[in-house]
Order: sequence, then structure tokens, then C-alpha cells
Amino acid sequence: MIKTLKYIAVGFLFGVVLTKSEAVSWYRIYEMFLFHSFHMYGIIGTAIVTGIIGLQFIKRKKIKNNKGNPIVIPIKEKGSFRYWIGGLLFGLGWALVGACPGPIFILLGAGFLPLGLVLIGALLGTFIYGVIKDNLPH
Amino acid sequence: MDSLFYTWHWSISGFLIAAVMLVLNYYGKVFGVSSNLRTLCTVMGAHKHSDFFKFDWKAQRWNLVVLFGAMLGGWFAVHFLSDPSNVQLHPATLYQLQQLGIDVPHGNLEPTKLFGNAVLSSPKKIIFLLVGGLLIGFGSRYAGGCTSGHAIAGISNLQRQSLKAVIGFFVGGLIMAHFIFPLIFS
Repeated sequence: MIKTLKYIAVGFLFGVVLTKSEAVSWYRIYEMFLFHSFHMYGIIGTAIVTGIIGLQFIKRKKIKNNKGNPIVIPIKEKGSFRYWIGGLLFGLGWALVGACPGPIFILLGAGFLPLGLVLIGALLGTFIYGVIKDNLPH
Repeated sequence: MDSLFYTWHWSISGFLIAAVMLVLNYYGKVFGVSSNLRTLCTVMGAHKHSDFFKFDWKAQRWNLVVLFGAMLGGWFAVHFLSDPSNVQLHPATLYQLQQLGIDVPHGNLEPTKLFGNAVLSSPKKIIFLLVGGLLIGFGSRYAGGCTSGHAIAGISNLQRQSLKAVIGFFVGGLIMAHFIFPLIFS
């Protein structure tokens, strides 16, 4: 129960931040890809810089997680094609409907019901990948 | 307190997003939203069609709970922390929107033309939303992550693979915003 509340609280913060920074907004994504505003680049850039510092701190100080085990971030598997092409396809969708997976759910929660169709599409896309993945270059 | 209602500054927002990732790391988890889509496919029975969906989805339950919290956060922020001053776009973006016939924000997060409930009665808009979702779902799984897993978590962990994916995200996004989108909506 406490564990569940803990994760709800983290998610709640994530949802509020993404909404109040307007990173969930189609407009902001469009503006970002037109290079008209620094706002989105500032958000992503600050998150990366803070993340790098945080993870370096964790590694150097050998900080343990709440279960007393070392914090290990799994390494993404080697490859190129999947990252370039998968990334490209994702980017096309991101700029088209102005939402990545987090915002799809956050906007649905906020009451933007047509995002339900984006979610259905995303589930279908995930399913298609799972079915044909062995035939794709990675 | 008023500042909670205005658009949050990018530096505070970026810092808090990284904080979310680090807290999850402290709980022994990894930050990544799109893997929830795979989990949801498994919950709905996709493992009967592909081994890719054969995994212990209950070990991913925490991530679904985070997602549920995020939905509550979105609901709370829109209903209790909104202000008509929100979503102040650059004038050049506003001009571009008018050229495309898309309504300007007036404090709203999403344009009514693309995301208002009326789109549900337009076949063209329904296809637009489904295709967008399809690209996001397929692309993020093919690339092994989305904005959270690659752009934030992967690059923070200095992973070359994530950098490739994020360059892909931006190349795709630029092609869409500059070349394809204007063709669809003009």
C-alpha cells in the first residue's frame, strides 16, 4: 500500500511538471521543431544536465538504493539501425500529434479524450513491432 | 504562490523531471514510459501472438502505477493550476498556426481543431490521431525507448545508443513539422 502510494506520488509530480511546463502541449512541440523557442530545449537540456550530475554522483559515491543494493542502470543493447530508424519513426509521430508516451497518458488523465485514439494507435504500433520484430534489422 | 499557476520555468521543470528519474533509480527502478505500452499489450493478451510479450508483467506493475499517478497529476494541474496566460507561444509560431488554420492557444494546452471532441466525428482527424499513435508506439519499441528512456535517462547515463535514438527523434520531428505537417493541414 505504502509502496503503491509512493509510486503514485512520483507519477503525480511527473504529471504536474509535464503539464505546468507545457511539455505535454502539442503547441510547445510544434514550436520546438520550428526552432521558435528555447523553452522545450531548456527543459530537456536541464533534465539531462541534472541527470548526468545525479548519476555521476550516485556512481562515484556508490550510493545504494532503498533496498541496500547498488544502483545499476541497464545498458542499452548495441546496434545502430534500430536506434536511427526507430528514432526517426518515433520523431515523425511525436511531431505529428505533439505527444510522446508520457503526455499521451497525462493528457488523457486531464480529460483530452481524443488522445484515446493516439493511445490505441500506440498500443497497435507496439503490438505490430512485437509481431514483426524478428524480421526487422536491429 | 501565483507562480504555480503560470507556465513553469524550463529550468525548474527540467530539474524536477531529472528528480523523478533519480527517485525511481533510488527505488531500484528505471525511468521509461513507453515500456508501459508493451506491458499493456501483454495485459490485453498479446503474449498469445508474439514471444516479445511473454514476460512477467507484474514486475512492471510499479510503472503502471507511476503512469496512473501521472494521469492524476495532469488532471490536477489542468483543473486547479491553470491560468489564461498559459502557453504563450512565440509570435512566429502563432503566425504559422494561422497560416495552417489551427486555433491559437488562449491558455489551452491543445488546439481544438486537432484535439477537440469534435474530431471524433471526422474520419480524417481520426486517421491522423491513430497514425500518430502508431508511429509513436512502433518507433519507441523499435528504438527501445522514448523521450523519457532515451533523451533523459539514456543520455544522462552517457549512452551512445540513446544519442543515436534522440538524433533520430529530432530528424523525424523536423521532417514532420517542416515538410509533412504543412502538406496535411494546408
